[in-house]
Amino acid sequence: MNTLSQILVLAISAIFIQNLVLSRFLGLCPYLGVSTKMDSAFGMGMAVIFVMTMSSAFCSLIYKYLLVPYNLTYLSTLAFILTIAALVQFVEMFILKNAPSLYKALGVYLPLITTNCAVLGVAIINITPLPDGSTYNFLFATLNGFFSGVGFTFVLLVMAAIRERLALVDLPKSMHGFAHGMILAGTMALAFSGFVGLKI
Amino acid sequence: MSFMKELTKGIVKENPIFVLVLGMCPTLATTTSVNNALGMGLAATFVLVCSNIIISMIRNIIPNKIRIPSYIIVIAAFVSIVDMVMAAYLPDLHKALGLFIPLIVVNCIIMGRAEAFASKNSVMDSMADGIGMGIGFTLALILMSSIREILGSGTWAGMKVMPVTYDPMLVAILTPGAFITLGLLMAGINMLKEKFL
Repeated sequence: MNTLSQILVLAISAIFIQNLVLSRFLGLCPYLGVSTKMDSAFGMGMAVIFVMTMSSAFCSLIYKYLLVPYNLTYLSTLAFILTIAALVQFVEMFILKNAPSLYKALGVYLPLITTNCAVLGVAIINITPLPDGSTYNFLFATLNGFFSGVGFTFVLLVMAAIRERLALVDLPKSMHGFAHGMILAGTMALAFSGFVGLKI
Repeated sequence: MSFMKELTKGIVKENPIFVLVLGMCPTLATTTSVNNALGMGLAATFVLVCSNIIISMIRNIIPNKIRIPSYIIVIAAFVSIVDMVMAAYLPDLHKALGLFIPLIVVNCIIMGRAEAFASKNSVMDSMADGIGMGIGFTLALILMSSIREILGSGTWAGMKVMPVTYDPMLVAILTPGAFITLGLLMAGINMLKEKFL
């Protein structure tokens, strides 16, 4: 397989087959928390794509050139979470200075992303050996971060669209809020489990 | 007795999963069997108790502005300990829980208790709070996983409980089953709360 088709396979599997939210159970807090309105879902999604791509790239470099050569791989969890926390701070300051309009759109969501388990999760997935024993190189780790973010945004937007339409539905009182969101997520996961059979 | 009060509130009144709705990701991902749920619950309880104790000890030394990164470092240190001990002594469980052991670092329950409780209270109270919340978390995980394991594979903690003719409802241990079980449990708890409170 040439590189281009490998990238395509990576994209399809990160977005549909191994979707972060619906098949790996990562990033559920923002998925249920900010999916009540389309606008905020879009802002959160963009912020996640941005941070996830950057953090995948940085964590992959730190792992390969800092942790492995000095035999410090047992510190990877600690190193990654600090990298992500610092990165989010830098990104926030950079956007504030250079793109105030973008900051207005993403600002509130950026600090929340530090504790989004999906970002750390993708960084750890990138260093976990694949079934054939190899790990993602720098390019593929970055792309995996990007496509996982796209997959997250995709299901977040679909969820927000469904919840906007269901906002006025007459539900039993005990089903309001999280209970209702969970059942909706379960139905979406049922639909997405159809992708598991996809052989590529 | 404030110690007993802090200890018991996490189990029912402020149950981290069903009442505070924190830590959803491990709740859904590790409840495919009772054994996994118990392992996850105990690992998280250990980290929660230890980090609560350390954070309440050093709460007066940490400058207010960098408190969150300091908490993260304390929590990450204990998570690394759990990760390495589990990999050495319980390799099967470590493999089954996989990604979710390092992800205890970003578990909102632990961060939430550090910020909301341990940073303001004495060491003894924080320890009680950690133990209570940990037990509440573990019990909720066991409840979830019992339902899913009995329906999905007809066993409880590996023992056969359903009659031989029972055809396992596979969807219960797959992803959709996790969401729907938790949704229905939450709805049931809301209904009980409306009736009795």
